[in-house]
Amino acid sequence: MHKEFLMGNEAIGRAAAAAGVNVVAGYPGTPSTEVLETIAKENDGSIYVEWSVNEKCALEVAAGASYSGARTLVTMKQVGLNVASDPLMSLEYVGVEGGMVVLVADDPGPISSQTEQDTRTFAQYSKVPCFDPSDAKEAYDMLFEAFELSEKYKTPVFFRPTTRVCHAYQSMEVRDYAEFVERRPEGFIKDSSRWVIFPKLSYINHAKIEERNDALGLEFSSYARNKVFEGTTRKGIVSQGISFAIVKDIIDEKTEDKPALLKITTPFPFPEKLACDFLGKVDEVLVVEELDPYIERQLLLVCGKYGLKVNIKGKLTGDVRRSGENTANLVNEYISKFMGWEHASSNEIETPGLPVRPPVLCAGCPHRASFYAVKAAMKGKETIFAGDIGCYTLGNAQPLDMVDTCLCMGAGLGIAQGVGRVKPDTKCFAFVGDSTFFASAITGVVNAVYNQADMTLIVLDNSTTAMTGHQPHPGTGKTMMGEFTDKIDIESILRGIGVRTVVKQNPFEFKKSVEVVKKVADEPGMKAIIFEAPCAVLFKPETPYVVDAGKCVDCRKCIREIGCPGVIIREGKVCIDETLCNGCGFCSQICPCDAILRS
Amino acid sequence: MSTTNIVLCGVGGQGTVLATKLMASAAMDKGLDLRTAETIGMAQRGGSVSSYIRLGECGSPVIDHRTADLIIGFEPAEAVRIIYYLKKGGTVITSDRAIMPVTAALQGSNYDGAKMIEILKDLEGQYISKLFTVDTKKAIHDLGSSKVLNMVLLGAAARGGFLGPVTIDDIKAAIIKNVKPQFHELNFKALEYVEL
Repeated sequence: MHKEFLMGNEAIGRAAAAAGVNVVAGYPGTPSTEVLETIAKENDGSIYVEWSVNEKCALEVAAGASYSGARTLVTMKQVGLNVASDPLMSLEYVGVEGGMVVLVADDPGPISSQTEQDTRTFAQYSKVPCFDPSDAKEAYDMLFEAFELSEKYKTPVFFRPTTRVCHAYQSMEVRDYAEFVERRPEGFIKDSSRWVIFPKLSYINHAKIEERNDALGLEFSSYARNKVFEGTTRKGIVSQGISFAIVKDIIDEKTEDKPALLKITTPFPFPEKLACDFLGKVDEVLVVEELDPYIERQLLLVCGKYGLKVNIKGKLTGDVRRSGENTANLVNEYISKFMGWEHASSNEIETPGLPVRPPVLCAGCPHRASFYAVKAAMKGKETIFAGDIGCYTLGNAQPLDMVDTCLCMGAGLGIAQGVGRVKPDTKCFAFVGDSTFFASAITGVVNAVYNQADMTLIVLDNSTTAMTGHQPHPGTGKTMMGEFTDKIDIESILRGIGVRTVVKQNPFEFKKSVEVVKKVADEPGMKAIIFEAPCAVLFKPETPYVVDAGKCVDCRKCIREIGCPGVIIREGKVCIDETLCNGCGFCSQICPCDAILRS
Repeated sequence: MSTTNIVLCGVGGQGTVLATKLMASAAMDKGLDLRTAETIGMAQRGGSVSSYIRLGECGSPVIDHRTADLIIGFEPAEAVRIIYYLKKGGTVITSDRAIMPVTAALQGSNYDGAKMIEILKDLEGQYISKLFTVDTKKAIHDLGSSKVLNMVLLGAAARGGFLGPVTIDDIKAAIIKNVKPQFHELNFKALEYVEL
């Protein structure tokens, strides 16, 4: 063992490698992305690692490998689990051979997600056992146990850290390379009575799964990480994840008037016996957890089942907020109120006039140019701009205001079609990025062509998965094994499906882009424009532009129209922030007085 | 249990993450236990970002209001935004240069960096025990680079003795370990730039 300073996601990746993982597949999504990247970066070639096209593919690849005896890890964020849920629901009935850990990172807040869904609740629904680490170090140690449990019971298991576990760094003891587990899977052994799901098999296995989960609940009651910390009162706190770490810090400062504390690291199957023993020693309990009132409901169930008269407080009683993150300050407030401790109010300092800083498209981002070209071309027309998930969701901000809807990955295509069905004279647009196109937009294109929808697809092709930190995808020609492969061409896919008009255009050629949009949008049926220009973050900036104060008439069109963070007002005058300008020159094409020039 | 709590704040892209990493590397090499947490994801694109650093034994990587020993502001309004994290008698070291959000330019409103410094000054003595502002425009001019503001601020904090047991030499060693050799000299110069 040796000491290292690791991010939670790095720790999980390192642990997987040390546990002898053979196959790793995932789809990027904050806050899960760095797990797979860590494994790929430190891979000596013995582990197969891939960014799959989407989470469903990732889970299926891992399932096949697990059938073959390999230890596998699948990584995704919580909304990715929705995509992977079809194979996972069935896989639980079929089971696995090699250990399979499904890492799903939840995002209380949400900080970078569409929903505040809770994978613990999904675990209960899908009957898949679930581990919930409370910090980066615990995540490292726990992952070995997750693999062992998966193998012992031949079931996939969930591993669900949250953002503050994934992205927090901590110093910790980790295994040396010599201590790594080495596993050589046997390969797939044919047995259709095991691997082919039929109603009869499901019926038999369902009963077995329920029995196993009852036994697991009991086993988890003596699992060392589900732990009771004695108090000095008849009050108790039950907590999990990062909330537990915060609660523990607060309680450790106390020597008297201390509540008992129960930490739950295996929410499903719930360690009922352990909880029952804990509830027997207290009169009142506060549950401090994030997302769903999951533990709170389990405790209420235990109280009902065993006739315990304990007052359970938490989200259901309004003592803990039902949405958002549990910050240290909030947790302190909850506990202080519950224990009757004094807690100073935090709003004693007034801070007026703070600037609002919503995230924006970067200076030099090609998406800005693409959005603006469509906006200019469609001026005065009745339109719908259906957006999607990626950096380009930020196209909704003023002054662009070019995202009318955003639902989930790939949804923009269907939404544009649906809006058009209600009001056929609307010019319907769907915007989708290159990675999202491969992940989940292709079926939407097939649907539009087959059902003869009248719409325009705009593919914003910046040759990367930008929002999550520039992962490769099928269109980039690189794999996570460091190999080069044929790029899958978006234009050929569209033509193959039967989209007759497909035009490629550089969005930084403003006038030409506007013409192309006007022409293509006027054609009937399903058509597409691929705006091609690489992500601004991937390249060294070119020489920045400057404003010629002599030519500038202060009309501020550049600021009102395109919203580039590099174009600012300094001492009442429009100028360009040379530290932000990326040299794309798009603003110079918007300026009516030719006052913006390359410096 | 003695913990030193530090919050770094600024605007996405200003180098708070690298400063946090160097600080952590320096503390690790000193054999200190530590935890850090930072903003990753959507907010990195020009939004408000902050990092927590906790030196010493503790369980959680996030810190409570009124418990930070030091706030390092890469932008004055961002320092004001999180000032309630500072404990009574804590220290604030901040850049004086305002970074305009796109929204401010759009509304034609010039948000005032000097006013933010005024707010902090008003708190000095009663809430903030020591406030140091760095003339960033001058620093960038003198050093010939806008990329080392993070080292100017971190250096000021180290030389003032506000980083717990971590010294300026520890940070220099961390730079040698983590930063490309051609940038060492510039970073060292930046570390030494502010006289406290």
